[in-house]
Amino acid sequence: MPFRLRSKTFRGGTRVPHRKNTSGCATIKTDLPVKVIIPMLQHIGAPCVPVVAKGDAVKVGQVIGNSEKYVSSPVHSSVSGTVSAVTPLLYAGGGEIMSVEITTDGKQEIHESIKPPQVTDRKSFVGAVAASGLVGLGGAGFPTHVKLSPPPGMNIDTLIINGAECEPYITSDFREMVENAAGITEGIGILLEMMQYERVIIGIEDNKPEAINIISNEIIKNEILRTKTAGGSRISVVPLKSRYPQGAEKMLIYALTGRKVPSGKLPADVGTLVMNVNSVSFIAAYMKTGMPLIRKRVTVDGSAVARPGNYDVLIGTPLSDVFAASGGFKTEPAKILMGGPMMGIAQYSLQTSVLKHTNALLAFDVKEATLPAEIACIRCGKCVYACPVGLLPIYINLHVLKKNTDEIAKYKANDCIECGCCSYVCPAKRRLVQSIRLGKAILKNSQNKAKAGK
Amino acid sequence: MEKGYIVSSSPHILGRNSTSKIMRDVLIALIPAAAAGIYYFGSRAAIVIAVTVLSCVLSEYLTEKILKRPNTVSDLSAVVTGVLLALNLPPSIPFWIAAVGGAAAIIIVKQIFGGIGQNFMNPALAARVMLILSWPVAMTRWTDPVTDAVSAATPLAIIKKGAEAAADAAKPEYMDLLLGNVAGCIGETSVIALLAGAVYLLARKVISFEIPLTYIFTVAILTWILGGDVPFSGDFIYHILAGGLFIGAFFMATDYTTSPVTFKGRIIMGVGCGLLTSVIRLYTGYPEGVSFSILIMNITVPLIDRYTVPVVFGGVKKRARAD
Repeated sequence: MPFRLRSKTFRGGTRVPHRKNTSGCATIKTDLPVKVIIPMLQHIGAPCVPVVAKGDAVKVGQVIGNSEKYVSSPVHSSVSGTVSAVTPLLYAGGGEIMSVEITTDGKQEIHESIKPPQVTDRKSFVGAVAASGLVGLGGAGFPTHVKLSPPPGMNIDTLIINGAECEPYITSDFREMVENAAGITEGIGILLEMMQYERVIIGIEDNKPEAINIISNEIIKNEILRTKTAGGSRISVVPLKSRYPQGAEKMLIYALTGRKVPSGKLPADVGTLVMNVNSVSFIAAYMKTGMPLIRKRVTVDGSAVARPGNYDVLIGTPLSDVFAASGGFKTEPAKILMGGPMMGIAQYSLQTSVLKHTNALLAFDVKEATLPAEIACIRCGKCVYACPVGLLPIYINLHVLKKNTDEIAKYKANDCIECGCCSYVCPAKRRLVQSIRLGKAILKNSQNKAKAGK
Repeated sequence: MEKGYIVSSSPHILGRNSTSKIMRDVLIALIPAAAAGIYYFGSRAAIVIAVTVLSCVLSEYLTEKILKRPNTVSDLSAVVTGVLLALNLPPSIPFWIAAVGGAAAIIIVKQIFGGIGQNFMNPALAARVMLILSWPVAMTRWTDPVTDAVSAATPLAIIKKGAEAAADAAKPEYMDLLLGNVAGCIGETSVIALLAGAVYLLARKVISFEIPLTYIFTVAILTWILGGDVPFSGDFIYHILAGGLFIGAFFMATDYTTSPVTFKGRIIMGVGCGLLTSVIRLYTGYPEGVSFSILIMNITVPLIDRYTVPVVFGGVKKRARAD
């Protein structure tokens, strides 16, 4: 049944400090906030349109935003109360997005439409997943129902469960594996039942031996999985070398299956599907209760946080409330991050809120937030050896600084996954990823100009 | 009133490596070779090292001041250039020539081209070659470590075919070559001291094995095949232990700025250096070819980088140009 191989890995990447200070912190449920702010865009794809108006009464689980576009995901209310505003508000990624602000009434009444979904076949299953509002909970936020429906002609034979969690500080996936291994295996069983994948591989970084053991044991105990594997499906738990960015989709697929996702394409193109452990356990819970995605486990950590830990928060909870729940700040924070330190987004206000795909909130003090200044490139090539995608960040950086559009395209800036490895290893502290982002924008601008010119 | 937070683009943590840490590691790695040089050639060697380091540091400070550039002496790269230059000079070199070499390395090869990271040739080696061409006699007066006589022949000169001057000198044993008990430049003679430094640099991940290994291996193969009286009879062990090959392969050819950034590129550089060194040693008038080969390969590095761009993850190797 589940068999274990030696730790697998990929080319490139770098070792980062683990800082899993909160791995032993059991998840604490936070109190109801006074108000929640729920943006209409919490996923990759088309933003939703609000279907409630100011003054409406809403209940827990009620749909408050929807979209007709395919690549999108409905947004639900996580509280019961009254809609106090439907207006563009500051968004975690910067800028303003249409959001619904709800003042809570404290009662948490559940909406009448909430009941376990009726699922008979694959089509109704994917429809149910779409209605649940599930998006990639590993942080990318890609609508799951779209992932589950690859274009005709593409067959998915391998389901990969992502338990890598390679970023420093974040332990929310780890806690899910420790606290809810049964839910995860149940979710895997449901996916196998409905989608008929040939095999399932669960990848967990080897700095989490406890999780590897618990998941392996749980799989052995699970009845459905036992019948499934007897019938031909294969499940394995594979320890992965703890190396950043092992949890990145392409690196994960390569380390576990040896398949390389072609540049510019999706995992479905190589017959694989990657899902985060939280996404999988959510499917199991949703099939049982019908409650859409309204809660999220968030790791709160960083040098400025008084009580680092894992907190179960309602989606839409303002960041200020989450930090208050974790004991507030022990020193003046100089930087607030949503996400991990390698790819997270710096926040400039605590009045934004927790989104569906938020898995960490970090607060750095001045010392941790201050980064050394950039000096001259010495052409050491460490960025080249660290890039998991095989790019030459040194040259992309040099050309971006000179705005050589052709060269930026030639060095394939668009293939950059913005993992941050190059900037991390650079001894001259050059802002490599940042300049590659700028390079992508330069390329996009020039493409738009060319299109407009035609 | 919201406090101001630092809002910058990811990543938000950086590794602990730095340019000055790397330079410091190189200096530490050079201590055994410098110590061996002082042991075998006396206190004069120590003064030469001090003179070149002072000359390099002063040149960098003054050039940056005059050109109104930020002062970068604290990144220790000028110190490294000074030490490397000294280790590549004969111990009897007049101090003023050593000082000129230091200034040439920093001012001409490094600062005029843009400072650190912009030099197109290895500064220490380029300066050494400038000195050889300007003061050939002073640059080829070798000291015998045992007798202190300043008219000895280097190990490579002894085996040079057609060189009558050294024909009657005794060929050193492998152990002498390994320890450094031979005539030569201050830091190039003691292979074992250089190896200790090289192991340190490899362990600290300052250099990687591609260039030094392929360089030394190529010289070994070619001198084995072509270096003897009949093919496949060359004394390759003598060749790799003699001359400046070890210091060149591990400390000079691996200089970041003047070596390729890709794995394939580095292999090409190693092989190219090895090929040129063997050809110069075996078929030209010079007994030693390390300095020239590294400098020639330095010049080809931008071309090597251009042609060894790796295939992107999941990309296709460029075959058809029609897209």
